[in-house]
Amino acid sequence: MTMKTILAGAVLALGMATGAAADGHEPTTVGFVYVGPIGDGGWTYEHDKGRLAVEEAFGDKVETVFVESVPEGPDAERVMTQMALQGADLIFTTSFGYMDQTINVAAQFPDVKFEHATGYKRADNVSTYSARFYEGRAVQGHIAGQMTESNIIGYIASFPIPEVIRGINSAFIHAREVNPDVEFKIVWAYTWFDPAKEAEAATVLIEQGADVILQHTDSTAPQAAAQAAGNVVTFGQASDMAEFGPFPRVSSIIDDWAPYYIARTQAVMDGTWESKDTWDGIGPGMVAIGEISDAVPAEIKASAEDMIERLRTGEYHAFTGPINRQDGTAWLADGEIADDGTLAGMNFYVEGLDAEIPQ
Amino acid sequence: MDLSSINPILLLASLMVAATPIMLAAIGELVVERAGVLNLGVEGMMITGAVCGFVVAVNTGSAWVGFLGAAVGGALLSVIFGFLTQFLLSNQVATGLALTLFGLGLSALMGQGYIGVKAPGFPDWDIPILGDIPFIGPIIFQHDPMVYVGLAIVVAVWAFLKFSRAGLILRAVGENHEAAHALGYHVVRVRMLAIMFGGACAGLGGAYLSLVRVPQWTEGMTAGAGWIALAIVVFASWRPGRLLLGAYLFGGVTVLQLNLQAAGAAIGVEYLSMAPYLATIAVLVIMRAGRAPGSLGQSFHASR
Repeated sequence: MTMKTILAGAVLALGMATGAAADGHEPTTVGFVYVGPIGDGGWTYEHDKGRLAVEEAFGDKVETVFVESVPEGPDAERVMTQMALQGADLIFTTSFGYMDQTINVAAQFPDVKFEHATGYKRADNVSTYSARFYEGRAVQGHIAGQMTESNIIGYIASFPIPEVIRGINSAFIHAREVNPDVEFKIVWAYTWFDPAKEAEAATVLIEQGADVILQHTDSTAPQAAAQAAGNVVTFGQASDMAEFGPFPRVSSIIDDWAPYYIARTQAVMDGTWESKDTWDGIGPGMVAIGEISDAVPAEIKASAEDMIERLRTGEYHAFTGPINRQDGTAWLADGEIADDGTLAGMNFYVEGLDAEIPQ
Repeated sequence: MDLSSINPILLLASLMVAATPIMLAAIGELVVERAGVLNLGVEGMMITGAVCGFVVAVNTGSAWVGFLGAAVGGALLSVIFGFLTQFLLSNQVATGLALTLFGLGLSALMGQGYIGVKAPGFPDWDIPILGDIPFIGPIIFQHDPMVYVGLAIVVAVWAFLKFSRAGLILRAVGENHEAAHALGYHVVRVRMLAIMFGGACAGLGGAYLSLVRVPQWTEGMTAGAGWIALAIVVFASWRPGRLLLGAYLFGGVTVLQLNLQAAGAAIGVEYLSMAPYLATIAVLVIMRAGRAPGSLGQSFHASR
């Protein structure tokens, strides 16, 4: 505990020192590393909207730089190093796969602040931030479970990491809650962004009887595939994807990074930046649910909106017991709420899912 | 595992669709390499074709005109490569890589304003009589026309290389450009034509993604398909027949592994994901008999 306090104090002092140094008339430079192209219409698109919001908020007091389509791996390290060398004061690395690279580069540039999205490793100059997407998944599951007629819901997953597994569990729990016969078919695409592969995966799931497609990949290709099939429901992922509404896209999870990016940039300018872990959901507005379209029957829409409201106020938690693990052992007792530690490292399916997590 | 949920007819049918973009890009590159030029810019030409095709199709309302635009776009981009490597004698590997980077950037620029726009429809061709044959009909004869155009191009290239005099000249240029030059053939002209054909085919392959398979425009949407096409040319020993096999194998195993995953197969997902690459490489290497064209990747100038 004392060690932690000392460290926190040191971080604060360091933050002030560097803050003072940056507090000249030089604009604060903020860098962004993106995993996909800014025009993906999903994940990276929303991060870039956050970047533009930072520019808007601070005008010429801030300068932003970004590099798009950076592969997860050694290449990312090169890009981050380059940004740091070019004088970035704050760097947002916006994909899970940049985690170790961010830590490595941060160690070499103690004066530069790093912010890693969706990861779990922190350092004195590395913060982590993520959104509680699973709250949105709960709403999706709630709607999907009632919209499906074949009782088969297709799920295009990306990589077997806790964030994705959490989403599958949350959607499944809430789909089963409203429809005990529902089944999930899960396809791992092993990519965040590959429109052709995503389209293929969606088509395969539809051919195997799914009439609702949930996606955890970044492009709008599955939406187009569902549209071509005609009678398949989808949800926008990361971005509203409203161009596919009102059907097949009946709702969406929208990531809103702008307030966080602005606050953190402000903190660097003020010298108050410190390493922390942020995990915000519907309540603080980091996760928004896109408008539920009229293709959803009124009573389903009403109950979904009620759920959104209860998630927003904190009255309801998406992982509330009783919930068993896939092997039947108890995880959460009746009324018990999952702790953030377990959620952050979630590596198991809940009971009822008929699939295995790739190891 | 519930294999009964996989419909073999739909599986085999989607195999042909999945293979088409790679097949188109690969057959173009095969001709280029048989003429002795190594163009590593396939990915760049594909993505440029994808955006050109999409833009043209949206503005004219016709997917066919879109494909034409894609072929022209891909060919124009390849002319840059041809000019640099054939007239200015720049290094083919470096120029090809640069062409890919350039194509990715150019397409992102051209595609501004087309994100989220819908492409005009390109309906499947329900071929009468043939399409009604049970089992085989839905697999082979109920696709969109580009699937057959792609097949026709592969057959035409095979026939061209094997039976025509022009094909013989092209192969001669690729095998030994000095000898071909000594015989009076215009090496650079032949190569420029081959490069443009390669660009047009890559453009068609890209447009197949943006107009049929996905179908919409997204930046970076080829996501490495051009590199797969390049690899298939090499593993197919520069032969059109094997190239067809390689592309169908790759497309087939890609679709199969997704089907197996969705059906809950008890095979590790990571093995399933690598299966398309492993299967394609294994089969084509085992069958491998050919060798690279003699002058592949070498610059030619009449003064030497």
